[in-house]
Amino acid sequence: MPGEFDIELPLLLEAIHLKYSYDFRRYATSSLKRRLEQALQNFDCRSLSALQERVLREPEVMRGLLAHLTVQVSEMFRDPSFYRALRDRVVPYLRTYPSLKVWIPGCATGEEVYSLAILLREEGLLERTLIYATDINPEALRKAEAGIYDLDRIADFSKAYCQAGGRASLSDYYTAGYDAAVFDKTLRESVLFSDHSLATDSVFAEVQLVSCRNVLIYFDRSLQDRAVALFRDALCRKGFLGLGAKETLTFSNQAAEFAEFVREERIYQKR
Amino acid sequence: MGTVMPPVQWQAPEAILVGGSAGAIEVVSLLLEALPADFAPPVVVLIHLPRHRPSALDGALRGKCRLALREPVDKEPLARSTVYLAPPGYHLLMDPGPSFALSVDEPVNFSRPSIDVLFESAADVLGPRCAGVLVSGANPDGAHGLHAIQEAGGAVVIQDPEEAAQGAMPAAALALCPNALVLSAKGICRWVQQLSAWQTPNRRSAT
Repeated sequence: MPGEFDIELPLLLEAIHLKYSYDFRRYATSSLKRRLEQALQNFDCRSLSALQERVLREPEVMRGLLAHLTVQVSEMFRDPSFYRALRDRVVPYLRTYPSLKVWIPGCATGEEVYSLAILLREEGLLERTLIYATDINPEALRKAEAGIYDLDRIADFSKAYCQAGGRASLSDYYTAGYDAAVFDKTLRESVLFSDHSLATDSVFAEVQLVSCRNVLIYFDRSLQDRAVALFRDALCRKGFLGLGAKETLTFSNQAAEFAEFVREERIYQKR
Repeated sequence: MGTVMPPVQWQAPEAILVGGSAGAIEVVSLLLEALPADFAPPVVVLIHLPRHRPSALDGALRGKCRLALREPVDKEPLARSTVYLAPPGYHLLMDPGPSFALSVDEPVNFSRPSIDVLFESAADVLGPRCAGVLVSGANPDGAHGLHAIQEAGGAVVIQDPEEAAQGAMPAAALALCPNALVLSAKGICRWVQQLSAWQTPNRRSAT
């Protein structure tokens, strides 16, 4: 017999979908439950039913809940070896295109966007690249666009940048304020920040590279399949897909559409 | 110390979860060394590690363990006779299946991976069909998770805080789970060893 929480969970997700069109129904349950338990505390609600009542009638509660349900803690150049592999193995292919499009779905607060923009600038490719940075959380997109990060995170970012094969110093790309680093706004002249849902929206452009790291881990298998099918449709022939270090297409119904390109870094190439 | 047999109504665990922090690697390598090659239940090991030394655990355990040993990837189903090491930098959780799930949510108890996160999600998915073991560590992560396993009907074991290299973690767990079985490192090895014997109904009826 399921507990009350397990009964209320699908009801809440259905209500959110009907009212606001955000679709969390096929998110991985383990992380979703944790996040909702935190939301209950945050909104001081006794149960998911009580939270649902508020979500349906108070749009600002939905905005707050959205932050709870989509929060991701990312870092610049997370897994430096991934960026090194992009630089050494993928960039030579990207150079052959007269113009480039890159898609970063689930970009959250933008750490990965700036990492890729810096890498592409150092390879002389940024000027002919358009980066689509998409997310469902408008607040995260605003932060991503602002490109301002706490100064106490920068030491780790710098270290990762060097390990990732950075050609200069990370400090060349930001201005340090009192407690924050503001990233060079010319980095985002090539970036289009935009609302897009891997759960409900469709393909909007043809791209040469999709970098979607540690986003699919929040989806169940069926939603992962949907997202990867979107990537397949968005990618040009022989285009590249980069996943997180612990993500794999092994269990995906799209596995046959891709070849492993740099196996240990989870970089795939569309067949 | 005599052998501690599981209670008669014991259900074979679908997973054995082992958590620890400072001083845990020694206990866990002793445990993994003690497991025979045909030990059936999957063993999931989560030890807090320094962020930038991800290979420390793997290096310490590989070669001693007769079972397959690896870090799980997202959505990987739990397999028999396999030891899984929680990858550094991610929370490790369990989804229905059971299969592994990962997240990069905020650290819990200043830890990612956090033992509470793993144990609580395992308790939720497996209920009484999981066993939790908490060993040496200098912080209280894992206490709530072990309590959740106990509440769900799973077996819980704590390393004797007096014996543990760092007693804070087992002591915090013992405060929340006063009825937990308290064992020495060697006792934990023996206790886990016999869980495999309860795996198949045939063997159970034979005893």
